[in-house]
Amino acid sequence: MSADLTDETVIRFARGVRLQHDRVRERWIIQAPERAFIPDPIAAEVLRLVDGTRTLGQIIADLASRFAAPVDVIGRDVHVMVTDLMTRQVLVA
Amino acid sequence: MTETILSPMSLLAELTHRCPLQCPYCSNPLALEPRKNELSTAEWISVLDQAAEMGVLQVHFSGGEPMSRPDLPELIRHAVGLGLYTNLITSGVLLNEKTFPALVEAGLDHVQLSFQDIDTKNAEIVGGMKGAQARKIEAARLVAADGMPLTLNFVIYRENADRVPQMLEAALKMGARRVEIAHTQYYGWGLANREALMPTAAQLEQTTQAVEAARRTYEGRLTIDYVTPDYYADRPKPCMGGWGRRFINISPSGRVLPCHAAETIPNVAFPDVKHDTLDHIWREAPLFTMFRGTDWMPQPCRSCDQREKDWGGCRCQALALAGDAAATDPVCSRAPDHERVKAVLDTLPATPPPFRYRRYARATDEVG
Repeated sequence: MSADLTDETVIRFARGVRLQHDRVRERWIIQAPERAFIPDPIAAEVLRLVDGTRTLGQIIADLASRFAAPVDVIGRDVHVMVTDLMTRQVLVA
Repeated sequence: MTETILSPMSLLAELTHRCPLQCPYCSNPLALEPRKNELSTAEWISVLDQAAEMGVLQVHFSGGEPMSRPDLPELIRHAVGLGLYTNLITSGVLLNEKTFPALVEAGLDHVQLSFQDIDTKNAEIVGGMKGAQARKIEAARLVAADGMPLTLNFVIYRENADRVPQMLEAALKMGARRVEIAHTQYYGWGLANREALMPTAAQLEQTTQAVEAARRTYEGRLTIDYVTPDYYADRPKPCMGGWGRRFINISPSGRVLPCHAAETIPNVAFPDVKHDTLDHIWREAPLFTMFRGTDWMPQPCRSCDQREKDWGGCRCQALALAGDAAATDPVCSRAPDHERVKAVLDTLPATPPPFRYRRYARATDEVG
């Protein structure tokens, strides 16, 4: 699956999975079937940009400009993270 | 109290004990609640409001068979409106093309569908309902066709333990994203039928290997949750993630419990939502404070380096096996009563005795 990921890939949340702000504990959580994951702060920034229309390339460009970091470094990290979240059935391409 | 009180994460809403099935490992208490004692729709809505306010993230609608309640879609819709993640735990025998659309429309997030076995004949002997298997398969088809995430739940016991590979293969074919391979937990009806249900050590090893092999084969397609029968373990499970730490259970009549078996605990009042608020009960009811944290622990738990990992194991199991809910869970090899667990395993009969079925009508004052 991960071999197919390119900067043109549009990713979205799998049905039944969503990013949600936990008001009581003041943090972001991933709500999924019978479990809630806590994304690390970087993953939360990525997931907040996942809307089913943005491409991976657009998400990477957005993060690179906001965090003033090189696109290739951010790109590598985002690809690894998205691949992992696809294996865990959080994201689909 | 020196213990920190966390906000609960998860609410199990047992809407009813009514159920068309009669599974002898049912997690409901032996004393089933009659329909006339069930909370009203308005009372459940208040429970959901209070739970969301306290920080609950996920609500599991369960039973009995929760689809026996005609107000289920209304309760789901209300929970969805509060931002709660909604999960339906169902036998599937009432889930069909007439009833399912209302659940989809209400915004249900996920279905967990139980199977008694993958072998139809044995499944229907265990569930006590002829024709149930075909209805369940149709329920799975409807959920998968809609695209809603589907988890299949297989409770494992002596008679079906050898068929775990076939269960997993069938789950993938039915379009499930998750499977629970959950060995029977020995409380309530499961405890009453322990000698008929308990697998052998060799069977347990075989199911563990089948799950490990399938996790490799189906990675990324099927998530497999695996629950072992802790009688064979050296260390107890962290039951409910610790007493009164993450989990609230509401019984059909509105009793507020730290776990679904807690009504066995003697000499303590059972708080309920008709007489107190959920938040006050969670923080202060003796039923919740009595085993919260580590202050209550006896030795060897008190000085054990695992005490904030397994939280002393399971209180209901300590009661069932050692006769004392405040004892170290006898499953632990360090527990003074550990020999009792070994004695149970050493005296399992070669031929399992007949089941004592969970019959709703006989257990209560009304035909379900």
